Amino acid sequence: MSATAPSASLLEIDGLVTSFRTPRGQVRAVDGVSLRVERGQTVCIAGESGCGKSVTALSVMGLLPDVARVDAGAIRFNGVDVLALPPRQRRGLRGRSLAMVFQEPMTALNPVQAIGRQVAEVFAIHGTAGRAEARAKVLALLRQVKIADPERRYDEYPHQMSGGMKQRVMIAMALANRPELLIADEPTTALDVTIQAQVLHLLRELQRELGTGIVFVTHDLAVVAAIADRVVVMYAGRVVEQGGVLDVLERPAHPYTVGLLAARPRPGQTRHGGDRLAVIPGTVPSPLERIAGCRYQARCPRVQERCRVDVPALARVANGAEDGHAAACHFPEGGVA
Amino acid sequence: MSVVAPLLQADALSVEFPVRRGILRREVARLRAVQRVSVEVRAGEVLGIVGESGCGKTTLGRAMVGLIEPDAGTLRVEGRDIATLSTGERRRMTRDVQMVFQDPFASLNPRKRIRRILELPFEVHGLAGGAEREARIRELVALVGLSAEHLDSWPHELSGGQRQRVGIARALALQPKVVVLDEPLSALDMSIQSQVLNLLVDLRERLNLSYVFISHDLSIVEYLCDSVAVMYLGRVVESAPAAQLFASPRHPYTQALLDAVPDPDPRRERRGRPLEGDVPGLLHAPDGCAFHTRCPLAQPRCRESAPELRVVDATGLQRAACHLL
Repeated sequence: MSATAPSASLLEIDGLVTSFRTPRGQVRAVDGVSLRVERGQTVCIAGESGCGKSVTALSVMGLLPDVARVDAGAIRFNGVDVLALPPRQRRGLRGRSLAMVFQEPMTALNPVQAIGRQVAEVFAIHGTAGRAEARAKVLALLRQVKIADPERRYDEYPHQMSGGMKQRVMIAMALANRPELLIADEPTTALDVTIQAQVLHLLRELQRELGTGIVFVTHDLAVVAAIADRVVVMYAGRVVEQGGVLDVLERPAHPYTVGLLAARPRPGQTRHGGDRLAVIPGTVPSPLERIAGCRYQARCPRVQERCRVDVPALARVANGAEDGHAAACHFPEGGVA
Repeated sequence: MSVVAPLLQADALSVEFPVRRGILRREVARLRAVQRVSVEVRAGEVLGIVGESGCGKTTLGRAMVGLIEPDAGTLRVEGRDIATLSTGERRRMTRDVQMVFQDPFASLNPRKRIRRILELPFEVHGLAGGAEREARIRELVALVGLSAEHLDSWPHELSGGQRQRVGIARALALQPKVVVLDEPLSALDMSIQSQVLNLLVDLRERLNLSYVFISHDLSIVEYLCDSVAVMYLGRVVESAPAAQLFASPRHPYTQALLDAVPDPDPRRERRGRPLEGDVPGLLHAPDGCAFHTRCPLAQPRCRESAPELRVVDATGLQRAACHLL
């Protein structure tokens, strides 16, 4: 990027609205999302399926499917609104300053091309390494993401590798041009737990070395605890709570966050002695439903008349210890600041 | 064997699959999915079977309900070897041991309404006709927290959580004693998982059921199970009462597995170096102890001979298969 405003955040999303064309009309998957990511910081976007977390990530990357479009809002990368950039310049960002790792390493890699060539392509596209130089750089990258015996792996095909190894190849490709921002969409969900631990460890290590900002999309709050600096909790297309990881996980303010945390067994908790898990009743509303007021109202234990009328805005909460702990709730846990 | 035989018992059970190649589909290798596994579940008990993908836990579960014929070993239901049962007795046994599958989207026939899906078990076993059948079906949907209106729905009209409730109702139709649950929560969203988990806990108490709970989610296993068997590459590497296993795992693999579970406490120090390497494929299972390629403590003899499962604690309830214990 040429014009880097000195004070700008690495990524700033402001009032993003992304909608999908469906047979039953235009449906908003992301409805007014704002968040920011600073350099070297990991921000987790957490939520359940359909909450809009992946669509937010794809909107930033400019990789939305044909039926989807950004209707409103700004996405500023180093202060520059990427939505206003001509397509050619936007493409120039992808794979260079802005990179992405997907959930399914099995489908994200080309099955008929050797691993080494696929990683080398990232240099070729951006002209960041010549052909001879590329091989050495790819081998160094494979070594950096802890792939044993990289010379042999260079000529192997995806089907010859395990899921964890393929995800490490994806991370190598994403990091090839030392991006400033890495977007990882559920990168460990398809992996076994010991392999998940390896990949989380690797991402933390690489971030320390390279200073990359990371947007980590996940449904798993324990993974959030393991990797996040800040958390953005989404529900039905909107941000319901955000803040530092300690605030959100230890002093959750939005009833949805409170409910999600209580619905998982704590270490050492057992069913004996009639100890039941907390339950969030009902299900997520369909995005086709028109709801006045708060979208969580039908499932919320604290619901009041006002929640059925006014949409709650994201506002600072009273019990936040870190910067910018906010919840979109009229009656947050701990009260309004 | 103690005075009361276990409800369901696998004794040195092995399951192999042929690996076929070429146009003649010639058998080129045997994939040993489950090797000499012994586990049991007693009345009212919940047995957890945990392990990573490819460890054989699903195959073991299917063998325990009789969906897969074991290649060796014995399966006993209330102490009776099912291989010695007559066809009629075998049918009776399938009523006692039922299964709930992982994917509530794939395990319900999309062309049948919920009523039809729940009628089938009665029809197949020639039980409860006419008005009695309808009454039993209504009882079942109420039992799993659905309403009678859902009976006229198609599977695609239900949410994932509701579909899994139908899967549970179907498994309970014939009033089984044991239900084998294969990852019944993993396809569900977080807020729905605890709804279904609480339902399973309540049903167990109301109907005095026993469960075999197959899962990779160790927090849920710790919450739900009385005893746990940990599998790695087709074998049980450790088994113990749940509280004991989570408090003091002995096998290096169990220790690594528990250590890899992300801690929900953000203040816990973010762990250092995790277990390295990948699970080797079953076709390339290493000689000796199958875990030696990843084990931080491996010795020369671990490469040579496979350790047997043996008692490793004073109570005699914890067993591990490791040369170093």
